[in-house]
Amino acid sequence: MTMRVAVTVNGTEYARDVEPRLLLIHFLRDELGLTGSHWGCDTSNCGSCVVWLDAKPVKACTVLAAMADGRSVRTVEDLERDGRLDPVQEGFVECHGLQCGFCTPGMMMTARWLLDRNPDPSEAEIREAISGQICRCTGYENIVRSVRWAAKKFRDTS
Amino acid sequence: MHYMQVPSHVEYERATSVEHALSLLSRPDTRVLAGGHSLIPMMKLRLAQPEMLVDINGLAELDYIRLDGGASGGGQLRIGALARHADLLDSAVAGEHFPIFHDAERVVADPVVRLWGTVGGSLCQADPSEDLSAVFAAARATAVIRGPDGDRLVPVREFHLGPYETVIGRGELLAEVRVPVPAHRGTGSAYEKVARRVGDWSVAAAGAVLRLDKHTIKEAGIGLTAVAAEHFVAAEAEDFLRGKPATEENFTAAAKIAAEHCHPVPDQRGPEDYKRHLVAELTARALRRAAARATT
Repeated sequence: MTMRVAVTVNGTEYARDVEPRLLLIHFLRDELGLTGSHWGCDTSNCGSCVVWLDAKPVKACTVLAAMADGRSVRTVEDLERDGRLDPVQEGFVECHGLQCGFCTPGMMMTARWLLDRNPDPSEAEIREAISGQICRCTGYENIVRSVRWAAKKFRDTS
Repeated sequence: MHYMQVPSHVEYERATSVEHALSLLSRPDTRVLAGGHSLIPMMKLRLAQPEMLVDINGLAELDYIRLDGGASGGGQLRIGALARHADLLDSAVAGEHFPIFHDAERVVADPVVRLWGTVGGSLCQADPSEDLSAVFAAARATAVIRGPDGDRLVPVREFHLGPYETVIGRGELLAEVRVPVPAHRGTGSAYEKVARRVGDWSVAAAGAVLRLDKHTIKEAGIGLTAVAAEHFVAAEAEDFLRGKPATEENFTAAAKIAAEHCHPVPDQRGPEDYKRHLVAELTARALRRAAARATT
């Protein structure tokens, strides 16, 4: 049995008939073709699938698409605006914040959320914010540097 | 080859009011869906296969943390079942009266999960390693369970029937948790947890709530998790402390009693003797910090 799920993703409304058991990550990737969000551990541990649901980060493997019905989702595809990278994306480029890149979308979505709430986070605060996410390349040092770079750029330009 | 975790077929309904939720929950094999951060993983593993989910995330009337009663205390802290872990961690009023909540919420899951997981969901999941169950047991909280005939109040110390099992029946919903706030100063609380890594379940953890009159312990609440303490409580250690001076010697003795009376199970998180060692050490630390906070 399917149900109609209507979600505003990155400002665009999508409606699909899906099974209630469908997870949000698969809705985004398989139904909408938005493959920027990565499906990683499938156990709520790694955070590669982090997107925003109603403006709060969530592990998209741990919510049903049905729960997002009538709500808004923001994915990594929405960080770039009008051909300009978000400072967080620039930071990851500048500071070598990714190696294999698998965890990167989730890391960046959480980092963006952190900087919106705390424009000048300490290293400890950045590490705390991403503590529920795993970089299997163990590149945490550069991820933290990338977020600090983004924070500085964000402060300097806003 | 990818092995995808897929829940069983399930129906989904979104509750539009508490009354609507209660009527949906009267159907057999129905589960409440709040944050979903315990239930959905269990469904993916097919450890839970409900016929229907009742999504209560839209019920704003269950989402609050507030103090009822005088500002000087003597009231109760009321936590709506849908309050998120992050809300409890951020709540100044909860932290002022019960720093144990902030101690514990800092080590519940991880920051992203805490944005979604709910206080009520944690209690109802009744995981034997759950942190807030021990905290609420230590604080002698009361669960407010709403049903078709109104509310019934159940002490958190009688709320759990066993692992993954609570007193909530069909057609009922946990609405609120109430924590009594003492009328005068002299109450302190703390939570101490050891986990293998960030976001993991406790290997063992201990919470303490102490009410002191000068240096005499008027009341002690000690909660333990992950070590099969009955109702998450170290009752024998509480009995030992009541009426005694708040001294290091008594804290150590009480911690030893707590370690003797729990029933830790050896598993991949450690052998039994290690877990008993942790219970003794963490209980002593929690009592010490609770006492220090009571006198400041």
